[in-house]
Order: sequence, then structure tokens, then C-alpha cells
Amino acid sequence: MSDDKKLLTEVEDAIANCMKCGNCMEVCPIYKEFKTESTVARGKIALMESVINGQSDITAGFDQRMAMCVSCKACTAKCPCGVKADELIIKGREAVVKARGLHPIKKAAFALLKARPLFDLGLRMAGMFGSLAFKKLPGRMATVARFPMPGLDRKRVMAPFASTPLRSQYPEVVKVDNPKFRVAFFTGCTINYIYTDVGQAVMNVLKENDVEVTLPPMQHCCAVPVHISGDIELAKVFAKHNIETFERYNPDYIVAACGSCTMAWKKDYPDMFADDPDMKARAEKLAAKTYEISQFLVDVVKFRRDNLGEVNATVTMHDPCHMARGIAVTAQPREVLKAIPGVKFVEMKEPARCCGAGGSFSLAHYDVARTINDRKVADIASTGADTVATGCGMCRMHITDGLVQSGRNEQVFHTVQLLDKAYKAGKKDEPKKPKDEFHFH
Amino acid sequence: MQSGLMDSLKRIVGTEHVLTNQEDLLCYSYDATPGFSHMPDAVVMPGTADEVAKVLAAANDAKVPVYPRGSGTNLSAGTVPLKGGIVLLMTRMNKIVEIDTANLIAVTEPGVVVADLNKAVEEFGLIYPPDPGTVATATMGGTVSENAGGLRGLKYGVSKHYIMGLEVVLADGRILNTGGKTVKDVAGYDMTKLFTGSEGTLGVITKITVKLMPAPEARKAMLATFGNLDDAGQAISAIIAAKIIPATLEIMDNATIRTVEDFSKVGLPTTAEAVLLIEVDGIPEVVEKEAAKVVEVLKANNAAEIRVAKDAGERDKIWAARRAALPALAKLRPTTFVEDATVPRSKVPDMIRAVNEIAARYNVTIGTFGHAGDGNLHPTIVCDIRDDAEMDRVYKAMDEIFAVSLKLGGTLSGEHGIGVGKLRYMESQFGPAGMAAMRSIKKALDPNCILNPGKLVGECG
Repeated sequence: MSDDKKLLTEVEDAIANCMKCGNCMEVCPIYKEFKTESTVARGKIALMESVINGQSDITAGFDQRMAMCVSCKACTAKCPCGVKADELIIKGREAVVKARGLHPIKKAAFALLKARPLFDLGLRMAGMFGSLAFKKLPGRMATVARFPMPGLDRKRVMAPFASTPLRSQYPEVVKVDNPKFRVAFFTGCTINYIYTDVGQAVMNVLKENDVEVTLPPMQHCCAVPVHISGDIELAKVFAKHNIETFERYNPDYIVAACGSCTMAWKKDYPDMFADDPDMKARAEKLAAKTYEISQFLVDVVKFRRDNLGEVNATVTMHDPCHMARGIAVTAQPREVLKAIPGVKFVEMKEPARCCGAGGSFSLAHYDVARTINDRKVADIASTGADTVATGCGMCRMHITDGLVQSGRNEQVFHTVQLLDKAYKAGKKDEPKKPKDEFHFH
Repeated sequence: MQSGLMDSLKRIVGTEHVLTNQEDLLCYSYDATPGFSHMPDAVVMPGTADEVAKVLAAANDAKVPVYPRGSGTNLSAGTVPLKGGIVLLMTRMNKIVEIDTANLIAVTEPGVVVADLNKAVEEFGLIYPPDPGTVATATMGGTVSENAGGLRGLKYGVSKHYIMGLEVVLADGRILNTGGKTVKDVAGYDMTKLFTGSEGTLGVITKITVKLMPAPEARKAMLATFGNLDDAGQAISAIIAAKIIPATLEIMDNATIRTVEDFSKVGLPTTAEAVLLIEVDGIPEVVEKEAAKVVEVLKANNAAEIRVAKDAGERDKIWAARRAALPALAKLRPTTFVEDATVPRSKVPDMIRAVNEIAARYNVTIGTFGHAGDGNLHPTIVCDIRDDAEMDRVYKAMDEIFAVSLKLGGTLSGEHGIGVGKLRYMESQFGPAGMAAMRSIKKALDPNCILNPGKLVGECG
């Protein structure tokens, strides 16, 4: 049996557990748009089954259908039989990579990603010369292309690459007077090269809470995009690199400000090394120390609430898939928002429904991603909120795009940015501070 | 399939709505029933009744089979394309055409998901009562075709009790309408009921007029455990004899209780022979009175423990136990057969005992739960379809389960339909004359036997 098919037979029992009840249809954002079997988990599992029993092969058609998944994990959360459909679909993609190789565009992108210094240089250049290619939209962290670019929809609203990446804006260690904890900040690519405003907010907020922050300069991409594309070998290279890099600092905690990055550390890395006990143990040790920023602030730091100033905003929250279902962190970001004076929090309908970004999914399937996004935009609109808080850069970019395309004015921020604003506002109205007595930890 | 027909299909619905490549066809070779897989030649997705009519006319001319399909959640292999041909996927026709609050009626296209209709009528304080377990995914067309039931069947009945009228495309492409919005309508044969539950063998439903009901203002759930199965059975009959019709009256047998408890730790006593879960609904005062009466009856019939939900949270906990039944059983083994043999409610204990005896005799794992109030039980067989020796025993056990159900004065299906899964037992229920009559109807409406051939009445050619 060929290696690719062997990969699928490894999960034969897991696949057999799918009783084809079709409950996944209720929650799959892609099925909702197409209403055809191959777009939902049940169909994809049936396809894998047909390869295992020799009824079909790992063809281009198989590849295309496995690609039609935003990895939002909603099917897995819904499955009455506990079938981990999201992981099985990634297995299917792994088989595709083994059988047919990576898609040429992804291959080129991953080749760049693989060479960390080159990747770093490339994205720095993008930051320096980005304004030649992209035009800024006033008042938002958003740009549109000045001219047509391959693989990018002409109208699509992107975020600008930072002129100086986050990790170059700070010393390797940012000390505080009486450090309560020493954390290592895993920035992830989006925060380092694009949304440096989120990274700055993380730095400010941690400082405000007497946390010493190390920014390991050699850290690399968390591997989630590579992993969900089915290139497991490359994903393991990234994981190993990151584990070795962070071990050197022996921090009290590892903090990330992105659901996907956090999920990589907490779940993917230990899983990836299932057949390598030494690496698995090391991954697990770090996984236990890893926290998403709002989770860290609420559960570990018990963040300061006595010096928060007012932020006048009506805020709704979008739960990124990897926050809600990947690491199950939804209560903490809400607690952060609800602690901010002046913030009026309104829950949207289905806050944890995928916005359609799905990492690189929205690059490859922009039209579908936009249709899924339209539902999110409508849900946001019906709350009457002026601000959307979320915990993922890709979601922020995609939702911003949807809002701009629909002619709407809501701003999208990372939750921690609103907390940062509140600390700043607290400093401005320091003399009064009449509210202190009403706050508690 | 002839290329001429394929070209016509593409012309009728548009090329993008005809799927023909291997991967897509594989995805329509099955439904939610284990053990049936056949490849179609094409999947056609019509957008209008007119397109359905043209597709059927073309298929009828070419004598090519057509299998209407919604979400494919059915449990009798009713949508498996046994003989190749065209899977007619109705999910594009998914508009709610009208909600008529003056007449308490809604009109939908067949691809509307049942729960979506309920969401839409909810704001008017109305419900569409049929609520199969797959209510969040199954389509109106599919549930009407299968005459689906659900948890509220005891008080509210099954799909056929809510279908007021249909638009149906006949096998040769002619479109007819049955029934309408009038509550009283006794003109002619009851064609609406004939097409409801006909499992796509007589025509393709393209529009559905349904009756809506006022949503109950209040509901009260309770759970009672019994050390003795007969006491539980007595309690079921006694509740209804006390002139109370609960919306839901469910039972779980000991095998199910133990499995549920193992998986979800909801606090069920694993030694109990049966658990009853009951919900009464309606006007608050009546609900209180009925709930008190139910508790009285349960006590009189030796319930070991009775829990009455005080609030929504406790109600959720009670129903979590029932919802866990199928998933918990399904997780035991890879393959799950959910049967729906149904007996008169007074025979529920006899049926459960017979199923347990059959399970022991054939050494197969069966948990039984279901809608005790209407006698609709779900003996759920868990096994591994890849193990031939085990499957041999499973199919023999299944044969006996249905034989017992008929012997007790029951029926082969309370809510899942016949499809091919239960075809081999049909003659035992209906006899040769009954089968001949049904085949005559099939033959009269579909002379070339192109509509879902081989299902429900079997070969008709």
C-alpha cells in the first residue's frame, strides 16, 4: 500500500466511527453556503473511506474537496459520536501532500516561511514598501491594493504590513520594577509583522500588571497554517524550533495573543510528537505554561481593575474558532471587556460562528469566505455595537474587510487593545479616580 | 447514462447544478443508514418546480431512475441510489414562501430545514410540531416524504397530521396540487396523505403547506426511575388513563441507562430497569395540575425516585439524559442501527423484554430507548459492519425484532419509514393484497418505475 493511503488507514477506525448522521450539516459554515455533501465533514469522511476501501483515489478532485474546510472545528464540537472530523480532514490533506505534493502557491509560500531569516526580511520589506502597493483607508488599520495582484481580490481590504516589526520595537527583555511573573511573549506572525498595535497593547497591559516580558527574537511561525494544509513534516520543524527557542528562556509562562498560536502551543505541539516521547514531554511541559492573553490576565494575573479609565464604546465580541473550540477560551475576554468602565457589552447572535477567514482559506476561496463573512457582518450590525472585539488577527482583518465592503463603520480591535485604552484613560483622569472603591479583584 | 440526457439535464438546471465527477457522486452514494452504498450517475440540483418537472420528464422518457433527496439524514436507506441514475438534490429550493398567521399556516419549499421554519414562526408565537431528532438538519421535503415523527409525537402526532397541501411533480413531469389552506376539506381521495410518507416513490414534492400550532406557554419536565420494567409500563398506561396526554413520554431501558451514565454521568441509577422522562406542556395552570397528577400516578406505580424540574436549568438536565441516549450508545461501537419498531403503548414492556431476549440470544449489543407514550421504540443495535460474522447475527436479530413488533400488534416503522432497510418485512405487515394495492398505486402514478425504484413497495415492474 502506498504511503498516502497508509496514512488514511491509520485513522480507519476513527473514520468508521462516523455514523453519517449528518449533524455536522447544522453547524458547517461552508455547507450552509453550498448545501452539497462534499462541503461538509460527513462527505469528506465518506471520501476518505472510499480511498481506504479502494473505491477511489487521492485525485485532484479529492484534494479540492479536502481544501474546502475552514478548520473551524464546529463539526467536531457538534458530533454526537465524538468523531474529530477537523483532525481527520487534516489527515486527508496530509495524504494529499504525500500523494500529490503541496499546491504550488502554498509550496512557494511555505518555502519562504521555512527560511526564517528570509521570511523575516520579506515581511520587513513589505512593511517598508507596502505603501507603494497598498493605499491606507483613513481611520482604520486597513489598506486596499493600488493595482491588481495575483491571488488577491482587487477590492479586498487588507491590513498594512508594519514598517517596523513588533519584535524590533522592543528590547529582548522588557523589565518592570517588581516583576510578579516573567513571561515569554509568542507574538505570532500577524502581530509581529502586521498588527503591531495588538502587540504594543499586550506589552503595555502586562507592564501595567507588573509582568516582565521577554520577546524571543528567534521565534518562528506557530505552524498552524502549515499544519492545517497537511504539511505535517514542515509543521514539526517549526514546532521543534519554537520549543527549543522558548526552552532557553525558561519563562514562568508563555503568552500569545492569538487563538491559533495558543492552540498550536497547547494542543498541536504535544499531538505532533506522539511518536517521539522526548519531544512530546518537552512540548507538554511548555503547553502547561502557555496562556492566551485574556486567559492569562484573568486566570493567572488577576489583572488590575482599580486604575481603569472610561472607554466609551458599545462592544460586541466575535469568538475566533480556535479560541472558542480550539482552546475553549470565551469567558475570559468577556470578563476583560466587562471590567472596563464605560464599555457597554452586547452579545451578538452566534458569536462563535466562523467569520470565514480560516487562515489561508480566505486567500484561496475569497468569494466563499466573503459570503460566510456577510452573515457575521449582519450579526454585528444587528447588535448596534460600534466596536467589535476579537482575539485573532486573521478574523480582525477579514471582519474589517466585510464591514468596509458593506459600507459599515464599526471598528475591529483585539480585546486587549480595549483594556490598554482603559489603562491609558485611567492615567488621564488619575486625579479624580472616584470609582476605585467599587472595583474588586 | 446517455449523454443526450446528461446534456438535457445541464440545459434544464444549468451546468453548475449538475454534479458528475467521481468525488461528488461518492458523496451521494449513502445516507444515514449503515450498510447501503450505491453510486448515482449524476446529482441534479433544481431551483424551481418547473425545473423539477423538466428533469422528471426527461428522465421518464429515458427511463432513468430519479431519487429525490434532502439532507440525507434518513434511517431506512430511502435516498440511496440503488439502481444508479439521478440523485435529485432539493436543497437549493429552500425558501419559506409564506407565513399566514390568520390561517395558522406556512408554505415552504422542500429544501427548508425544519428548525429554520420553527425559527421563522417562533416570533409569531407558533410552532411546527413535528420534531425528528434531526430537526436541525433535515429538510421539510425529506421529513414529509418520510412522514417523520419525533419526541412530541404522543400529543402532537407525526408529519402527516400537519400537512395541509402539497405541490407534487409526477413521474412524467406533470405538476399537481393537493389540499390547501382550508381546515375542512373532504373533496376526493386524500392525495395529500397519499404523497406524505410515500418516500419519493410517487412524485417529487416541490411545495408544502403546513398547519402551525400556538406555542405552549409553559412546560414542566420530570424524570422517574423504576426498579421494575412492568411498573414503568403500568405507569405509562396509567398516565394516559388519567386523561393526561404529555407532550413527551420517553423511556430508556437498563442497557441504555448504564451506557448513558458511563458516558455522561447525569446521575441515573444504573440498577434501574427503566427510566421515564415526561414533559407536559400548555397553559401554566393546566401544566401545574397535570404535572401534579403525573407525579401521583408515578408514585402509585412504584417509581423509586421522581425528579421534577423546577426551572429551565433543571429541565435541560433532564433532557440532557435523553439526548445522550443515542450518542452514548453510538460511541460504543463503529456502526449504529437505530430502528423504530412500534407497538401499542400497553405492549412497551413486552417489547423491551423481547428485544433484550433477542440481544442475549444472538449475542449482539442493543440498547432500547424511545417514545414510550406512543409505543415508538428505538432498539439501537451497535456493532461493526466490517465484521461479517457479527453482522450475520445482527441481521437475524433485526428480523426477529420486527417479527415481534408485528406479533404484538405493532408496525414496522413509527417514524423512519421503510426505504429498503425494512422492505423485506413489508409483506408480513400488509399481506399480499395490501402489497398488491400499493404496487398498483405506484404503477399508476409512475408507470416506468423511475421514482426511487426498489423502495417501499419493492420492484414494481
